[in-house]
Amino acid sequence: MFIPCDRGGDSAVPDFKGFTLLMPAVSVGNVGQLAIDLVISTLDMTKVGYFYTDCLVPMVGNNPYATAEENSTELSINAEVYSLPSKKLVVLQIRSPFIKNKYRPFCATLLSWVKSSKCARVVLLSSSHAYQRDDEQLLGTPLRYLLTPDLERAVGDRMKELNWKEMEKVAAYPGISNTDKVLHIPGGGITKLLFTESCSEGIQMAVLLKFCSEGDNIPDAFVLVNYLNEWLQLIKSEVSTSNNSTDPSSQWKIPSSWRLLFGNGLPPALF
Amino acid sequence: MATFFGEVVVAPSRAGLDEEEEAREETPEDREIRREIEKKRYRRRGRLRLEIRESAEEPLVCSRFIVAIGRNAAAFLSSFILDSVCWEVVGVVKLWNEWCRTSSTTNVLPTDSFCLFYRLISDPTVLLCQCSCYVAEDQQFQWLEKVFGSMQKKGLQVTILSTCPVADYKTQESTLTLVSPFLKALKTKEFQEQVCCPLLEQPNIVRDLPAA
Repeated sequence: MFIPCDRGGDSAVPDFKGFTLLMPAVSVGNVGQLAIDLVISTLDMTKVGYFYTDCLVPMVGNNPYATAEENSTELSINAEVYSLPSKKLVVLQIRSPFIKNKYRPFCATLLSWVKSSKCARVVLLSSSHAYQRDDEQLLGTPLRYLLTPDLERAVGDRMKELNWKEMEKVAAYPGISNTDKVLHIPGGGITKLLFTESCSEGIQMAVLLKFCSEGDNIPDAFVLVNYLNEWLQLIKSEVSTSNNSTDPSSQWKIPSSWRLLFGNGLPPALF
Repeated sequence: MATFFGEVVVAPSRAGLDEEEEAREETPEDREIRREIEKKRYRRRGRLRLEIRESAEEPLVCSRFIVAIGRNAAAFLSSFILDSVCWEVVGVVKLWNEWCRTSSTTNVLPTDSFCLFYRLISDPTVLLCQCSCYVAEDQQFQWLEKVFGSMQKKGLQVTILSTCPVADYKTQESTLTLVSPFLKALKTKEFQEQVCCPLLEQPNIVRDLPAA
């Protein structure tokens, strides 16, 4: 599944042992994917390979993180892997939806790659339909987290220190009391499947998600990536001298491919 | 998402999720329709088949492979490149999906569910493919594996010709002012020759079979 890039003479498979794998779920508002774009763009990560898979709709374009003429002509496809060894971080970006009935095989192959490459843990960025929240969830923070039991033992205390809210379980049959509580992540794509599979296979996985709706999801992406940063500290949050508050939003670099997200400029002939 | 009438409906998501389909129970009619479509795909064209003419060598040795995807690109090749003197048919990919317009197996239009392969008689390592039928997203990978799997590649150079609607092109200016013909290209870093038109700039992308 994973094909390493040919970087000059060194075509050895990169070593991800002990790394944190950060990846998005293709979910409502594409928030996870937008957040991953911000991470790759800001940290100027190097592409180290891609996934050769028949599970995602094919697409190709030129480098979405181009900053100048020279680096704008590298081709980019639907599932690519970037790495930053100094932070022991490997990032998977997914750029297209799943082909019908192919998301299960993809999850299985992905998790087996996680195990074979010996990643220490997986952090999944995702989102869920805001309109499906219950009364209590409508109040307070729209951000939630989930940890597999193995990761709970390692970092559960840190989440408590950060005062993060765990994703609530809901009744399996709404309206009927005394039923089992189950995990329900509407609009989350493969989030629930990956999480439950990771629980049963002993993979350390954290899910960070935001409740949102379709629309201009750039602000949601910033909120989610700042949430991630509270824990992983990927970039330093500088204290702003003007209002003495920590607002790391300005330190994330928006990639050049985010231009024209909502269509072309208007034709002057219209007026 | 709530509508005017107070009911809650499932909002379509840009992320293209079909998870609800798994959770929702299929009615017997749905199940029957799905099974029939799958059977039809399999029966009509025996899934996706690549047939190479018996007299052609197997596998086909190829140094240059030109693929025209879509009716416009295929028509371009028919009008300007192909003729019966210089080119011969060496193979065909047969496939069927719900987008094929013909419903009967006897009166099938060749372009509907066939992709024809031609070979240049003066240089048999030059292959050309006209693919004007629609290759569904779950058939694209199979198409590629069958076609490229049957070739013996010798310093292979692949050229893909395709068209996209102007309305899909993202640019700061209005699309009314674009020059005609409006050509853009994507190339791998291994392609060292001069490209005859500017490269496709972000945020534009190519999808489906040309991308695959």
